[in-house]
Amino acid sequence: MTTRKAAHKDLPRMPITTIPSTKVVTGFWRTFRPTLDESKCIKCRICWKFCPDVSISMTDDSFPAFDYEHCKGCGICANECPRKAIIMVMEE
Amino acid sequence: MAKATIPEEELMLSGHVGCLGCGATLTMRYVLKALGKNTVISVPACCWAVMPGPYPLRCLEIPMLYNAFETTGASISGLRAAYDMKGRPDINVLGFAGDGGTADIGIQSLSGAVERGDNVFYVMYDNEAYMNTGVQRSSSTPYGAWTTTTPGGTTGDWKRQPKKNMMEIMVAHRIPYAATASVAYPEDMVKKLRKGIDVRGPKFYHIYAPCPTGWRLSPDKTIEISKLATDSCIFPIYEVENGIYTINRKPAKKVPVRDYLRLQGRFRHLGEEELNRIQEAVDWDWKLLLRKEEFMKDM
Amino acid sequence: MRKVITGNSASAYGAKVSRAEVIAAYPITPQTSIVEKIADFVANKEMDAKFIKVESEHSAMAACISASMAGARTYTATSSHGLLLMHEMLIWASGSRAPVVMSNVNRANGPPWSVWADQHDTMAQRDTGWMQFYCESNQEVLDTIIQAYRVGEQRDIMTPSIIIEDAFVLSHTAEPVDIPDIGVVDKFLPPFDPPSKVIPGEPYGYGSLVMPDLYMDFRYKIAESMDLARDRLRQVDRDFQKHFGRSYGGLVEFYECEGADAVILTAGTAASTAKDVVDKMRREGKKVGVARMRVFRPFPYEEVRKLAKMAGAIGVLDRSYCFGYAGPIACEVMGALYNISDRPPIRSYIAGLGGRDITPEVLERLFDEILAFKGKGSGEEVKWVDLKGLEGL
Repeated sequence: MTTRKAAHKDLPRMPITTIPSTKVVTGFWRTFRPTLDESKCIKCRICWKFCPDVSISMTDDSFPAFDYEHCKGCGICANECPRKAIIMVMEE
Repeated sequence: MAKATIPEEELMLSGHVGCLGCGATLTMRYVLKALGKNTVISVPACCWAVMPGPYPLRCLEIPMLYNAFETTGASISGLRAAYDMKGRPDINVLGFAGDGGTADIGIQSLSGAVERGDNVFYVMYDNEAYMNTGVQRSSSTPYGAWTTTTPGGTTGDWKRQPKKNMMEIMVAHRIPYAATASVAYPEDMVKKLRKGIDVRGPKFYHIYAPCPTGWRLSPDKTIEISKLATDSCIFPIYEVENGIYTINRKPAKKVPVRDYLRLQGRFRHLGEEELNRIQEAVDWDWKLLLRKEEFMKDM
Repeated sequence: MRKVITGNSASAYGAKVSRAEVIAAYPITPQTSIVEKIADFVANKEMDAKFIKVESEHSAMAACISASMAGARTYTATSSHGLLLMHEMLIWASGSRAPVVMSNVNRANGPPWSVWADQHDTMAQRDTGWMQFYCESNQEVLDTIIQAYRVGEQRDIMTPSIIIEDAFVLSHTAEPVDIPDIGVVDKFLPPFDPPSKVIPGEPYGYGSLVMPDLYMDFRYKIAESMDLARDRLRQVDRDFQKHFGRSYGGLVEFYECEGADAVILTAGTAASTAKDVVDKMRREGKKVGVARMRVFRPFPYEEVRKLAKMAGAIGVLDRSYCFGYAGPIACEVMGALYNISDRPPIRSYIAGLGGRDITPEVLERLFDEILAFKGKGSGEEVKWVDLKGLEGL
């Protein structure tokens, strides 16, 4: 009926998303950067628990490690830390 | 050193496009930790429909079906029926909608699903306005709040109606299980969702999920404000099992509601008279809830 | 098994023998006896299905789409305002590539309130990406449900279908219908096996936001499937003939059209009456014919062009109006012929709205009109047949 250019044959029939969002860098959103004062940290896992960006990894006996690729710098971790072991530092 | 108080497994990924300090993402993170991988989620138009980012990105480790704004209740009924037909009654079917998608445009299909007694989970993550479209009032916006459609203006046209009580609407359906929960208390939230796995029929969760962007709140205060909401009794944490009320958190000393309101720019305009009025309403509702709990003990 | 049943009953049997697994439906006159029949089937375990008794048509379609995405064969039925309420979800279904099959009993839209036959409800859904089948008999209603699943569920089609019956003329009129044995249907219609399902273990998003760089491509894929469906439907109708001994002429059924001086092209039960008129007029030496547009979506432009070569003049009879230029079928027929040479004159007739009978007398008069404008222009291009006013009461 009409002449059309072939559509992308590699697309699924509808938008079925398969690529994990971890590939997306959201760290550049950050204005303040969380930093840890290990001397104050009691490894209570509260920062890990309340991170909305799943950007703090830790085990029961490790210090929290910040994923700066994804951390947006909301500061919940610093605000909730019972020992004030997390300090938010202005990004350069 | 301390043990994790919530499950370790992360089924929500980083790299999502939620705003700084987003309560809706925390809600998702906890809900999925509780329900685990054998879960399918249906999400209508809301912040969570854009949270994974555009095609081909995903940010959940479970299947996520995007549905139309007002259809979450019907969508999860359809999924439930399909899985039951295919011999998979074990799959957790979860509807996950905002307050607008639940208390406003989606209330009909939710009511239908709950009235039919369909074996599904429904989470209303309540950020108290249409946040994805840029902070317009919903029926779940609290009294006195500024939004872009309750801008105050020269006539003081803030939200002048009380927040719709979705829990009572659900209880009126004789729902087997309904609970409130808050991002401030993830252990409680996880426990309540796990409890739901053993309940046959609909399970409704009204989850307090702050939106720092829309509430004009500093993003580091998401958990702090949530604790204040419960400690001031403006958002009590309770559950209703087959009509029996249990309050899960009773503040030893009630925080004045103004301490809660004053942290948020959306309530900045409120004067003494309004603050007192809100306090009275909160006191009334809290008293009513205590009475319900007390009354039910003898049932 | 041969039974004398209504069109609505035929619809319910169609869903049953097709092994629909999830049904979500809401009652509306004149569709109700479909859902009642299915409720009986399910309640008596004559049908292994879940029937979700939803609180609205909008939810009916939403539930069907989600169930279909999870891999279940789904069915619903509605009419008129119920279909209009579904509009958003019809577009959602085709965009989701969910091959839901739905029966719609053609009923007029209000106001004015009316429960009688009129095709405005389905015509108003012509741009939703659904295949549309206008039936002429109760047997065709049942058979087309089977055909629609067979085509719609093919992996390169994945497109939903509406099977349409005129209110009361078919829905509440009993005719002998052969209800095929479910085992025989099983051999024709394989189980629904979509390319992917929303199921734990496949942690993907289904129906995400798409940016302007790719949106068009996803829409094109729907168009491509709809185009493919044309040939697939012709083929399936032929296969159906081999399997069940019945066929319906593919997309457009031509009745005495070859070399006809005047042809009425229409959809639905008016075609059946028109065929009788053709027989009578042929006996009187008048060369007239009927083209029954069985499939309106995908639009059968090739058949329409073929008809233009066969017929001296065409009257397109629409049982609805779209408040544009002419009747909705007429507009598309004229559009399909614009780029070919030697096209016959065409007039658009609007008739039978809100259940007014389209009688043999009316049709004979229209045929005579069409014969009269053959070889000339159609003159009055759009004609509302027999407006009456208060004098008609």
